[in-house]
Amino acid sequence: MNWFACYTLFRKEITRFTKVWLQTVMAPVLTSLLYLLVFGHVLQDRVEVFPGVNYVSFLIPGLLMMAVIQNAFANSSSSMIQSKVMGSIVFILLPPLSELEMFVAYIGAAITRGIVVGIGVFILAFFYADVPVHNGFIVIGFAVLGSFTMGSLGLIAGMWAEKFDQIAAFQNFLIMPLTFLSGVFYSIKSLPPMWYELSKWNPFFYMIDGFRYGFFGQSDKPVLISFLIMITFALVISSVCITLLKSGYKLRDN
Amino acid sequence: MSAIKLEGVSKRFDSLQALNDVSFSIEEGEFFGLLGPNGAGKSTLISALAGLLRVDSGKLSVLGADVRKDFRQARRNLGVVPQEVVIDPFFTVRETLMFQSGYFGLRKNDDWVDELLTKLNLMDKADTNLRKLSGGMKRRVLIAQALVHKPPVLVLDEPTAGVDVELRQSMWKFIKELHSKGHTIVLTTHYLEEAEELCDRIGIIDQGQVIAMESKEDLLARGLGSKLLIKTRDPIKSVPPELQDRVVRCEGVELEITLHRDQDSIVEILDQLKAHQMDITYVSVVNDNLQDVFVQMTGNKPASVKG
Repeated sequence: MNWFACYTLFRKEITRFTKVWLQTVMAPVLTSLLYLLVFGHVLQDRVEVFPGVNYVSFLIPGLLMMAVIQNAFANSSSSMIQSKVMGSIVFILLPPLSELEMFVAYIGAAITRGIVVGIGVFILAFFYADVPVHNGFIVIGFAVLGSFTMGSLGLIAGMWAEKFDQIAAFQNFLIMPLTFLSGVFYSIKSLPPMWYELSKWNPFFYMIDGFRYGFFGQSDKPVLISFLIMITFALVISSVCITLLKSGYKLRDN
Repeated sequence: MSAIKLEGVSKRFDSLQALNDVSFSIEEGEFFGLLGPNGAGKSTLISALAGLLRVDSGKLSVLGADVRKDFRQARRNLGVVPQEVVIDPFFTVRETLMFQSGYFGLRKNDDWVDELLTKLNLMDKADTNLRKLSGGMKRRVLIAQALVHKPPVLVLDEPTAGVDVELRQSMWKFIKELHSKGHTIVLTTHYLEEAEELCDRIGIIDQGQVIAMESKEDLLARGLGSKLLIKTRDPIKSVPPELQDRVVRCEGVELEITLHRDQDSIVEILDQLKAHQMDITYVSVVNDNLQDVFVQMTGNKPASVKG
């Protein structure tokens, strides 16, 4: 493992998103804040999802995790598609970087952006509502696991896509619906039976539910189940990603 | 040891056989020109060498390092200046070169990066974003990127396409300097005069196959040799029958015929023309250049000599 080369690519990826921090960090933080203000204001006095937890407090972990995973996905997918479309991917493919080093660097940067945006949302939410932290390790563990998985999925999407609109389609028709239907704004127990059963097949639900457990010590499903499902999902997605990288899929002509 | 070695390399894209059992080697310290018409397979070959493309069969190595099995060493040995002008628009020139150094595992490369910036007249643009550079400057940055790790073998894929004359001259001065320091240079260009001026040995590739691989002198000698240009006082009405097969051009008072370097006697030809009642006013010998040889071998016009 050439750690310095890997670290350089990681640093380049971090520099890339921090140079446009208004777009990559502040914009998603603001979006989350708007969700919080609107949904919180409308539903605060009408809904109590967990006993003793007001709706705004319930909403914050969901929005936070949604921001973390969407930005992790956006970072790796946009970096890959941009460098493919502009041709600058050759500067990564010509040096002696292995596929594993590329994977670690891209995913490391995706996790970093996800966590940075998450911290931004958390800081703003902290001023807005009471956000207890039941178990910080679970919170951090799920945030890292979720952003790792979504960073890997973003890299797969970036490799697969040949145009920017294909990435947008991936985001709008897959990531966004799965995130919105994962219990960010509600408990899946409040859903009709069919939607409840369907939600159990949505891996994003376990990301949100386990993450929320870290704040309140309460969740729709046992946290261990969510953790095991998340680990499995992460392993499957990252394995697919590494396999595609090694095969040179849409990167090196085969 | 060969700087570059290809053994039985083949690559097919759907119905197109881009490379067909290509084998040759380039020795250390050579200034080698790789020529061929559009779509001949030059860029495919360079991409395969650089690991950007995987071949169907055959072996490629750079200074003995196999481009697949020993990819790290092969890539350290090789610097590639791509044909397309590509940039990462997020970064300055210096950031780009420092990141590129890091990908090759080089921690402290500032001195060499400064030297590259100076040699390529980029020092005053070091902290400028790549988006703000002119096309010629971007191309110089590409050369600097290919050289950050001081590769012993440098491949330049049409590096002067679209570059003005002054920049082209300074670029070649720098490349010649690298060559004199022992770097192996492989050049593809569609400016055949560049290849003729710079390269020691030339390979011509056409339809995925190597059709010539010789020293520049031998390749030039492969041509019919030279042409004899004759001007007459009166318009030329006919040419002696024994010379008719060799007429290249006959317009007005000008006649151009091919000369076989080692076989023909100019005096004899002139005698034949005089005997044909031609009043000769001017005689000149024009040597074949690489362009003539290229056209004869590939049947392509020079304007399309691009891969």
